[in-house]
Amino acid sequence: MSATIESPRSGRIAPQYRRHGGSKGNFEMIAWLFMRLSGVVLVVLIFGHLFVNLMVGEGIHAIDFGFVAGKWADPFWQFWDLAMLWLAMLHGTNGVRTIINDYAEKDSTRRWLKTVLYSATVVIIVLGTLVIFTFDPCPVVDGVPLPGGFCPA
Amino acid sequence: MPTKPAGTLYRGREGMWSWVGHRITGVVIFFFLLVHVLDTSLVRVSPEAYTAVIGAYKNPLMALGETGLVAAIVFHAFNGLRIIAVDFWKKGAKYQRQMLWAVLGLWLVTMVAFSIRHLSLALGGH
Repeated sequence: MSATIESPRSGRIAPQYRRHGGSKGNFEMIAWLFMRLSGVVLVVLIFGHLFVNLMVGEGIHAIDFGFVAGKWADPFWQFWDLAMLWLAMLHGTNGVRTIINDYAEKDSTRRWLKTVLYSATVVIIVLGTLVIFTFDPCPVVDGVPLPGGFCPA
Repeated sequence: MPTKPAGTLYRGREGMWSWVGHRITGVVIFFFLLVHVLDTSLVRVSPEAYTAVIGAYKNPLMALGETGLVAAIVFHAFNGLRIIAVDFWKKGAKYQRQMLWAVLGLWLVTMVAFSIRHLSLALGGH
């Protein structure tokens, strides 16, 4: 005869298993799911980014201001880079948040490290987003086009 | 009577070392990402500022650094897919070790191909 073991949440075992209903809601579950979903998308976005920028044609030697101007003239690459920026920053920030929670033992140390982390995340995401959407292939300073720009003839 | 403490199934084995590798590569990639957004942002300063800074990525020492970075990214990517399989595939936990060897095999093949192409372009006559 074999003993039947009740599943933990069946409510038929004592003491009854009760999930700790903290104030954080299901944030940690959403964060866990986000890491997996964004991870899959990032594999495609970053492998595509590396292939197009480093493997095709002259590879790294082709990268200069004109290369960026050529890519961002196309909304497809603007949104590719935007998605990569947001997903990679949020994925990386959540990863470092986990590492801080694991290794920083004092509450004050954790709070301080996370403040630095979140500040850096906001600055980089805002900066990167502005750069993608305010990019100007023909920058002009005091009425004079800067050298190296791509200006309409 | 077991002679070793329980728990060595995970500790010191493939499961633990892939976790260590995932953490280290993740942190390396994150810090590069911060720098990479900043260097790309120079396109808003001037064409010459951007081209000058990107020029720093084009020397032989940096070519090795880029190869190392891509090695970290490719490991993190393939091992990340393995983690997803462990979490969502019914037999994922059972085959997690075999999947790690598949990750390392794919990583090696990808890195041989990437290194040949990137290093011959970066170190080649220009």
